[in-house]
Amino acid sequence: MADLTSNFIGIKSPNPFWLASAPPTDKKYNVERAYEAGWGGVVWKTLGSEGPPVVNVSGPRYGAVWGADRRLLALNNIELITDRPLEVNLREIKEVKRKWRDRALVISLMVPCDEDSWKNILKAIEDTEADGVELNFGCPHGMAERGMGSAVGQVPEYIEMVTRWVKQYSRMPCIVKLTPNVTSILPPAVAAHRGGADAVSLINTVKSITNVDLDNFSPFPMIDGKGSHGGLCGPAVKPMALNMVGEIARHDETRSLPISGIGGVTTWRDAAEFLAMGAGNVQVCTAAMTYGFKVVQEMISGLSQYLDEKEMRLDDLVGRAVPNFVEWQHLNLNYVTKARISQDDCIKCGRCYAACEDTSHQAILMKPGRVFEVNDAECVACNLCVNVCPVENCITMEELPLGTLDPRTGRNVVPYSNWTEHPNNPSATAAE
Amino acid sequence: MSYSQLTPGIVPGRLPADQIATNFDDIEPPFDAHEARVAADRCYFCHDAPCMTACPTSIDIPLFIRQIATGTPEAAARTIWDQNILGGICARVCPTETLCEEVCVREVAEGKPVEIGRLQRYATGVAMENPHPYTRAASTGKRVAVVGAGPAGLSCAHRLAMKGHDVVIYERRAKAGGLNEYGIAAYKATQGFAQAEVDWLLQIGGIEIRTGQSLGENVTLADLQSQYDAVFLGIGLSGVNALLLEGEELNGVQDAVDFIAGLRQSDFTSVAVGRDVVVIGGGMTAVDAAVQSKLLGAENVTMVYRRGKDRMSASEYEQDHAAQTGVKIIYGAAPVKIEGAGRVSSVTFAYTEDGRPGAETFTLKADQVFKAIGQRLGALPPGLQAEGAKMAQRPMARVWAGGDCAAGGEDLTVTAVAEGRDAAEAIHSELSGA
Repeated sequence: MADLTSNFIGIKSPNPFWLASAPPTDKKYNVERAYEAGWGGVVWKTLGSEGPPVVNVSGPRYGAVWGADRRLLALNNIELITDRPLEVNLREIKEVKRKWRDRALVISLMVPCDEDSWKNILKAIEDTEADGVELNFGCPHGMAERGMGSAVGQVPEYIEMVTRWVKQYSRMPCIVKLTPNVTSILPPAVAAHRGGADAVSLINTVKSITNVDLDNFSPFPMIDGKGSHGGLCGPAVKPMALNMVGEIARHDETRSLPISGIGGVTTWRDAAEFLAMGAGNVQVCTAAMTYGFKVVQEMISGLSQYLDEKEMRLDDLVGRAVPNFVEWQHLNLNYVTKARISQDDCIKCGRCYAACEDTSHQAILMKPGRVFEVNDAECVACNLCVNVCPVENCITMEELPLGTLDPRTGRNVVPYSNWTEHPNNPSATAAE
Repeated sequence: MSYSQLTPGIVPGRLPADQIATNFDDIEPPFDAHEARVAADRCYFCHDAPCMTACPTSIDIPLFIRQIATGTPEAAARTIWDQNILGGICARVCPTETLCEEVCVREVAEGKPVEIGRLQRYATGVAMENPHPYTRAASTGKRVAVVGAGPAGLSCAHRLAMKGHDVVIYERRAKAGGLNEYGIAAYKATQGFAQAEVDWLLQIGGIEIRTGQSLGENVTLADLQSQYDAVFLGIGLSGVNALLLEGEELNGVQDAVDFIAGLRQSDFTSVAVGRDVVVIGGGMTAVDAAVQSKLLGAENVTMVYRRGKDRMSASEYEQDHAAQTGVKIIYGAAPVKIEGAGRVSSVTFAYTEDGRPGAETFTLKADQVFKAIGQRLGALPPGLQAEGAKMAQRPMARVWAGGDCAAGGEDLTVTAVAEGRDAAEAIHSELSGA
């Protein structure tokens, strides 16, 4: 068994799997159950300022996107930050942390955007002996309309300012949680870094409407005939999250900034992908909300097996894919592949043919007996046939070796060259 | 009066009534909405789908399954009915394992096809709760006679009615439905489905059914030709092949088709069955008689088929079903003599070589023997001649034929539906083009 012990910005946990700030971490009862199940850490559901508690709707808080057999692909929520009194949360946090010394416990915070509000709450937070704070600059619904959450996260200057206050009034490690509801994730990440954040965590939920009730003509979740946008999470958001994590991990100014990866982590494999893209640990919510806390056990065994097979330590995996995450202009334009259909594996459904014939390059031939073959003279290697084929590894992409003829272009395959040097590029730097 | 499985002779009620009721329950219960969506999701929506090619009525199977997957079974049913107006019964009785599901790419790949038959049953079942979805075109003033209210005749009549023609169906039996009503194992069409489907089909209007009308007895082809603009013959195969063996006339020896028909029209607890039942034949009729004998409580049921397993016309799925029910199947043996004094007591068989009886024989105890060695055309009306074993699809001017009585295709419900539909289209174009 590989050693999964994690040290994220000085916060130690027996594994890199933390529960994200969300309903599963709203109270002592849940958090203790999570620890019992094996979670390495939790980020306690976001606390707000002292005062009258937050009010939630009493109709549905969640919408959903399903795949086949009602597999949950995404959840969308309109729940606000904790609606329990501040002192109850603080008392429970203190009790839990004293009892579970080996687990990480970070407190998520969201208070109005003024210095006093932050200064005041941080004192109370430090008293709990929690391991750190996470600044919720991410929630896109409800609180944002009150000038908090993603309303802060969308303005880099505010991120930097609040982060500075937190670092000024507290010695606790500070993680800044970013919203994906921006045109570029880099300015908010840079701002957090400049403000002195110890790490960023991302992504928070994506502004969304999961579906529209076609009988009542209202977005979902529907509250008394009306709906507002919610925040989307779960497997469906993973591709966006991986890109944003990778962008921060490779960017000159933020490459040293630790990242806690969030967004659709459902299995060990998802977690490993986030780690490879530069995350130092991962946070999970939807998978736990769908299957219960026990899912972490598969994540632990799977990641451990993978690291053993690769003979890697956890730290070796972190950021391993980042050097290979490049901009399009640096891709090798002379790399040529062709689709290959394994006739032994083909079940003759013809989906590759329909996809290529109707929507791509007419590069698949349908021969008598439902035999499907690739016409190299037309195949641009787009990979669509691979993606629509229901049989894994039935269609593969085969690289043409250097010097062989590409029947589509009539030219031989030549060594690496990218767009920056391409003759068709008006600003080419090394055109031949 | 109480009988058991061990009671000698041919008696009813060998099993308790509740056991018989359970035995004749729906062989495969219908999908609920969620099961249907999960099953539908397995369909790959193949290009030029093999299942569609394999369906005698050419139902657009990938489309109807996708319509189920997206929560519109009513639209799925329309896709089915556009090609096959008896899609409900076909979903229950089609040998899908030798048609659409046999060529499903997932059957080929995994040995587990998309459950097309059950999905079709689901969609048609949901949609039959609604009013009949088809309406008639403006009246053409043309009248067409259809002989036989079986699958071919009903399919033809519905399509003609839809085109605006008026149809009268002449049916020799007391009920419409043909083999759907009289010729299929009861557990495949439970809860009076065959009649319910006929009632639903007739909702289109313009179709009158006259029962108890036998061609050649109550009505002649010449009458029909003079009274109607066109005639469609869907008269099925009313003749039954005989064994031509000594002892065939003994009490207890009967045609399997009569047993099956009688059973369908009866309270199952009142249907008498032997303790030792022997079924001679290897087709669906033989299987239906054998399995239902077992379900009624016969102690021993043996099906004996002249040739090998691979030549049997009942599908492997049906053979397995029979075996699971407790029917013993003996391949490669032909009857040589039926023994008994007044009543049958045993049947002697000879093992066959290339289908012909050889020297080695064996004898099976039997108090009931069902003959199921095939059906054939009955007597044809004057002026009509068989071509080989069947009638031509255009036997004479303004007369069409389809279903089991006509040449072309296998003797299947679904084939009969296709032929009835196609004949209606041909009749329509002739009547409207003339």
